[in-house]
Amino acid sequence: MFTLSLNQRAALLSVVILLVGLLVWEAAIPAQKAVGELTEYEILTGGGQPKAGVPAPSQVLVKAWEQLSDPFYDAGPNDKGIGIQIGYSIYRVLTGYFLAALVAIPLGFLIGMSPVAYKALNPFIQVLRPISPLAWMPLALFIIGDSEASAIFVIFICSIWPMLINTAFGVAGVREDWVNVARTHELGAFKTAFLVILPAAAPTIVTGMRISIGIAWLVIVAAEMLVGGTGIGYYVWNEWNNLDLTSVVFSILMIGVVGMMLDSMFAYLQRRVTYVE
Amino acid sequence: MKPYLSIENLTQKFPDGAGGELTVFENATFGVEKGEFVVILGHSGCGKSTIMNILAGLADPTSGVVVMDGQEVKGPSLDRGVVFQNYSLLPWLSTLKNVSFGVAARHPEWTKAQVAEHSTKFLAMVGLEGDVIRRKPSQLSGGMRQRVSIARAFANHPKLLLLDEPFGALDALTRGTIQDELLKIWGQMEQTVFMITHDIDEAILLADRILLMTNGPQARVAESVEITIPRPRNRTEIVEHPNYYAIRNHLVQFLGKRSKELSGQPTEPGQSNKPTTVRIDKTDPQDDPEDKRPALRAVNS
Repeated sequence: MFTLSLNQRAALLSVVILLVGLLVWEAAIPAQKAVGELTEYEILTGGGQPKAGVPAPSQVLVKAWEQLSDPFYDAGPNDKGIGIQIGYSIYRVLTGYFLAALVAIPLGFLIGMSPVAYKALNPFIQVLRPISPLAWMPLALFIIGDSEASAIFVIFICSIWPMLINTAFGVAGVREDWVNVARTHELGAFKTAFLVILPAAAPTIVTGMRISIGIAWLVIVAAEMLVGGTGIGYYVWNEWNNLDLTSVVFSILMIGVVGMMLDSMFAYLQRRVTYVE
Repeated sequence: MKPYLSIENLTQKFPDGAGGELTVFENATFGVEKGEFVVILGHSGCGKSTIMNILAGLADPTSGVVVMDGQEVKGPSLDRGVVFQNYSLLPWLSTLKNVSFGVAARHPEWTKAQVAEHSTKFLAMVGLEGDVIRRKPSQLSGGMRQRVSIARAFANHPKLLLLDEPFGALDALTRGTIQDELLKIWGQMEQTVFMITHDIDEAILLADRILLMTNGPQARVAESVEITIPRPRNRTEIVEHPNYYAIRNHLVQFLGKRSKELSGQPTEPGQSNKPTTVRIDKTDPQDDPEDKRPALRAVNS
């Protein structure tokens, strides 16, 4: 009798849950009714066509294979491979996200170091933070004029807050003793910031960055549904308009997979900067 | 002539929260000579740590000055190394890096190899060698962490080394070992040390001179007790020295009774609170052996 490790048992259970879930899903999809004798009128109006319905997992798998075997084809504005669509989304997310990081982390440092800056900026942050990022969209479209840049702006504005607040919180919470160590070693402001405060606050800052990338990936789908053209969000909406539910289900899964990959990148970074006191 | 480190009319007042002022200590005046090991003893709340922070340059006094080696102390400096009670190691750096970042700050012109070699040498002096120096502080015991902190301070060879209750958080056995190591390394380096402690035996073992503080508020440095036990000292041998219990009793008496009686006396303006020098020496032939009272001579300096 051999025993399995905790991870092996968990993996086994995951596979069982997946298989059972897929079987239940497959079984729950009603079979298409057999088509009887059709009148000429029914044939002309497409009555013999299978009705649109939620696809079975086997159909989704076929679709996934078809799409993933050629992810980068480009057959015109409304027919691009899943790889291209996801690529556009990731490009927008990362652009908006890194612009946000460029603003949020230095500003968070300032707010964390200076109680005056904290108190002065806090009311603005508290009012701006709860605004749904999509609410900015009309204003962004009007002022920026370009739908692509507006989507990036929406990502920027939604990912800035967790990073800003966590950076400020992390920097303000750096232990006085560590700052005193820097002071007694005559480290200048620049060296203190990079050698002591940044590593001390890094776990909190990276947590903020991880929350932000999660929010940015949630928001990009909605933003692309609005602005259209390209991207995974547009793709979902376009396939809905085409009544191709198999593609819709497939792209929902892809959104999940990419979101998980983005998150695990930051999880890795988080493990790298975490320290034990 | 001024002593190497001269504390002149140091006063610290804090707002008491009710609109008034709380005087922690007033017109404290004392000196520390070069190479001297001075320990300050007193109850909690008498302002020992405040004095320490002022000497380190981490806090500013309400009035008064600290002069070291002819220069007024303003702000923290590499010339004054501090060993904090809670070690204050940077947890994201390895043991070696915790020491070498200080060495690199002290000697910016050194190469990386020189910095590493110097740091390794000082870690070895406190008994940390081999694999241990690549560990993070969280993987070390409390005693080892404090050793790292001591190595970091000595490696920088500051003009003045400040120790803020360095052994307060350690168990008695570890404390003993590290005290011995501290004595050894101090003997090699001729380092000027100013240390805070609560522990009377520790103070007698380590110090050339013990400053006694009265209870706060309005505390003052009341006495300066010379430790007339020759070096090198050893914890098992000093207890047999005729002066040991005489000095110890004097310190216990002070902390137990007189620190309370002497406290809270406001000083007149302009008067500086110099401590009374106390020298207890039973081996001194001048002392009358018939005298049954504790051999105690108070000398006003």
